[in-house]
Amino acid sequence: MLPLPLSRFLVVFTLCTSAFAAVAQDILLNASYDVSRELYKDINPAFTASQGGNVRVSQSHGAASKQVLAVSNGLPADVVTLNQAPDIDALVARGLVKSTWRSEFPHQASPYTTTTVFLVRKGNPKHIQDWSDLARADVKVIMPNPKLSGSGRYAYLAAWGYGLEQYGGAGVRGFMEKLLGNVPVFDGGGRSATTTFTQRGMGDVLVTFENEAILIANELGLKDFDCVYPSLSVDASAPVAVVHKVAERHGYSKLAKAYMDFLFSKEGQALIAKHHFRPRDTEVLAANSAKFPPIKTFRVEEKIGAWPSVLTTHFADGGVFDQITESRP
Amino acid sequence: MSAAQSKSFTVLPGFGTSLGYTLVYLSLIVLIPLAAIVAKTLEMDFATFWNTVTSPRLLASYRLSFGASLLAAAINSVFGLLLAWSLVRYSFPGKKIIDALVDLPFALPTAVAGIALTALYAQNGWIGQLLAPFGIQIAFGPAGVLVALVFIGLPFVVRTVQPILEDIDTELEEAAVSLGANRWQTFWKVVFPILTPALLTGFALAFARAVGEYGSVIFIAGNIPMISEITPLMIITKLEQYDIAGATAIAVVMLVFSFVLLLAINGLQVWTARRTGRSL
Repeated sequence: MLPLPLSRFLVVFTLCTSAFAAVAQDILLNASYDVSRELYKDINPAFTASQGGNVRVSQSHGAASKQVLAVSNGLPADVVTLNQAPDIDALVARGLVKSTWRSEFPHQASPYTTTTVFLVRKGNPKHIQDWSDLARADVKVIMPNPKLSGSGRYAYLAAWGYGLEQYGGAGVRGFMEKLLGNVPVFDGGGRSATTTFTQRGMGDVLVTFENEAILIANELGLKDFDCVYPSLSVDASAPVAVVHKVAERHGYSKLAKAYMDFLFSKEGQALIAKHHFRPRDTEVLAANSAKFPPIKTFRVEEKIGAWPSVLTTHFADGGVFDQITESRP
Repeated sequence: MSAAQSKSFTVLPGFGTSLGYTLVYLSLIVLIPLAAIVAKTLEMDFATFWNTVTSPRLLASYRLSFGASLLAAAINSVFGLLLAWSLVRYSFPGKKIIDALVDLPFALPTAVAGIALTALYAQNGWIGQLLAPFGIQIAFGPAGVLVALVFIGLPFVVRTVQPILEDIDTELEEAAVSLGANRWQTFWKVVFPILTPALLTGFALAFARAVGEYGSVIFIAGNIPMISEITPLMIITKLEQYDIAGATAIAVVMLVFSFVLLLAINGLQVWTARRTGRSL
């Protein structure tokens, strides 16, 4: 039997790039998603210092679902830090993560959350205040492809949740048809949507994660944009889990747990806030209240449905997103 | 005794070794990975496979991917030939630099190319803002896909035509002229037929590269369903849903399409070579 899955070939490459340095020191591998790159660049040295310098954490970053495929196919990650719970559930299905992962750490094992907000051009020339404005005929909306990126998925679900609340189950689809009809470009990921909006001058509003919006508005030297908070948005908690199968094999179970605990510590939470994610720790959150204005959010599971069914109903081939976008004028 | 006979006809030694090596190497590098793709696809039953690969959205993506790739290869054949002609036949200052520039699309990471082209052709880019007043939008549409594919395919045509052009004896052209051919006839009847097989190879390579191209196209295409989604993007979309069998099913269709087209181009090459009395 030779039919090796194609993915196994890919693993070889991933292994070469990420886990090459297996020397005497303890090295934990954290497989994470794209946008967390800068965050873990700060977290990891701080964790090393907290452990007396004997541990190092190496990182593997990529699109969340690619990371899940890589870990399922053998990328020896001891922990995964992703941006959507279903991605970790996919690892549970492979027997790599315990099914009880949500209860192993506080807040359903998510050290921080973020939400979906708007970024508009300076002075908000189109007076965009809420999701309903995104369905207006004179507004062009930039958001990443929900089938390809977590950021796009949350943007879509946030709009859907708002539509449910405003127009009810019968009206939400018509609202989404108008909104998605206003999207001139579906970029492959959150960062490329940002580029399309900020550098290419496309669209009147960028729908993206709050951390990305704050980063653009405050830090990138791009002072030409304003953040707008809609009346309702989605809670995008970032889940973390120990990959027990791998951690046990490496003898890193304790270390992996210590690393996860560090994310929930005061120091970890402060670093998280520094990178524009909303920390769970109430004190750290209060200290950063200027950066994180209060916003009403809903959880996908509570408002729209359980993740597996949401994924199949909306984002699978032939799902609601496809139906709407394939038939748009 | 046929074995001994065929042996006596081979002048070069080492036929068995080199053929064995060829087969093993080709299997390792090409056939086994391709077999893995087909094997993964076989996990689906035929009805599922057929529904997957003939959905309207995918059909639209085939039209764009194969249509734009063929068009890009055709454009490159014309302008690549001109470029090769200039590089071989004329000498001018900076020729070496231009010659080196031709290879840049090979070397540049495709994502970089895609981002650079998008920056140029977007409505606020250098080229895009000149076209915008005329209502022409290149970036974020099928035209953008074509631009990216022309960019990445150029070196293939230039580099296949150039050496052949260098090898053509100018005596041939002089003879044609002395026999009364005008310039156009000299080019069309003498030079062009010699170049045709190489030009077809360049066309085939540029086409094959363009069909599989993802990195550069994805930034400039806009990725709107039914309008500007390329087939490789559809494969990535499937992978994103952990639908590996679906992804490989599309890959198999692309492989079959491409193989048939490349085979046809090879056939055309043999035919033109035979017509001009050369053997390949």
